Amino acid sequence: MNREAIGQAISFVLYLLGQVILFRQLILFNTAFCFVYVAFILMLPIETNPLALMLFAFFLGFFVDVFYDSLGLHALSLVLVAYLRNYWLASITPQGGYDSGQGPTLAVNGIQWFVVYTLPLVFVHHGVLFFTEAGGFGIFWFTLSKVMTSLVYTMTIILFLQYFNFRRRR
Amino acid sequence: MFRLLNFLYYYRAFLTFLSLEFFCAWLWIGNSRYQNTRFFNSANRVVAAILGFSELTREYFGLIEVNRELAEENATLRTLVEQLTLREEGILVATDTLVRFEFVSARVINNTVSQFKNHLTINRGTDMGLAPGMAVVSGAGAVGKVKSVSEHFAVVTSLLNTDEQVSSVLKRTGNFGTAQWDGVDPRTVNLLYIPRHVQPQRGDSVVTSGYNAVFPEGVLVGLVSEVELKEEAQFYVIRVELAQDFRRLAWVQVIRSQLRPELDSLEQTTFGERK
Repeated sequence: MNREAIGQAISFVLYLLGQVILFRQLILFNTAFCFVYVAFILMLPIETNPLALMLFAFFLGFFVDVFYDSLGLHALSLVLVAYLRNYWLASITPQGGYDSGQGPTLAVNGIQWFVVYTLPLVFVHHGVLFFTEAGGFGIFWFTLSKVMTSLVYTMTIILFLQYFNFRRRR
Repeated sequence: MFRLLNFLYYYRAFLTFLSLEFFCAWLWIGNSRYQNTRFFNSANRVVAAILGFSELTREYFGLIEVNRELAEENATLRTLVEQLTLREEGILVATDTLVRFEFVSARVINNTVSQFKNHLTINRGTDMGLAPGMAVVSGAGAVGKVKSVSEHFAVVTSLLNTDEQVSSVLKRTGNFGTAQWDGVDPRTVNLLYIPRHVQPQRGDSVVTSGYNAVFPEGVLVGLVSEVELKEEAQFYVIRVELAQDFRRLAWVQVIRSQLRPELDSLEQTTFGERK
């Protein structure tokens, strides 16, 4: 166990508890959910092994599911995000490439890159999550409104947390 | 053989991805379909403790409302007791109707209304004789049915769950239908399969029917708030405003039916296993 692994374990627990204790209760307008735990998978270091990434995603999603009584649902969506993450990172590599040992954070890469990186992945996560839960496209527009409002909500919280981290580290 | 191993190794990420996703999908499909006593849900002791903690904050701010509702319920119950004592003096009541149902009061420690498949967690379990399939009601009306139980907690499938169907009846006309939530508004459910020759009106009360395997007869589901009949449609589109506001649910009663095993075994010998 090195320091980095311990830090990741702590952040795993913090994201999980934050999600199930705090953000589970904070639902806006009955449609907007904040699934901030996605940020745990997104913020892992760039060179993280995809297998490890998917296993982390599975366990995090699984524990969240236990609290939401939706066994399999969050795990399914998060594993998909974990699988897509590295391909997406590879395709939006900034000029000069990534610095080794750095996380794909706002502080390192800037706001523009950060939004391009996180927004589509969070969208995929929410889309898969809500449409799977709705059991198809039966109530398409309502489900889509849930996806979009939750996307805005989650992104706001993720960006807020990033700025918070950024300021603390300076 | 070597080539096969090589292939597996080369595609290991994708194969892991596929197997994890299939496993999750299997869990999800199984989770929404079966009643069970599985370990991995919010009836788990540790999970329930954490949920109870997070619910405390919300409950604290809802205390005034909860107090008011409890007081109202108390009043109704007291009147009922009065009526019953009056009645019992005069008439001999058959004992089997008296012990037909038993009520277990429980506190809601976790409740959602905004998902498509909502559940609640309550603080009573097998230690109070709860079992999957029992009906859950509140002072105002029907709430749901028990899905899983652990020793001290139980998960209840809320009426606000798109998988949940409750056989109901329009009290005024006596027509049977099915109450089911469409996943949109947590205040209303739909009453399906009311044929077009019936004349439902706004304000009609909808109660559970005796055909229901879960609820006792006559538990209030809600009042009809909207009636619509589309041209050439076989059935009405009826919106029912729920009697119980699920966003403010704090206390519920679980109904233990004493005669349920007898009914089940009788039906089983007659019709075969219930699905």
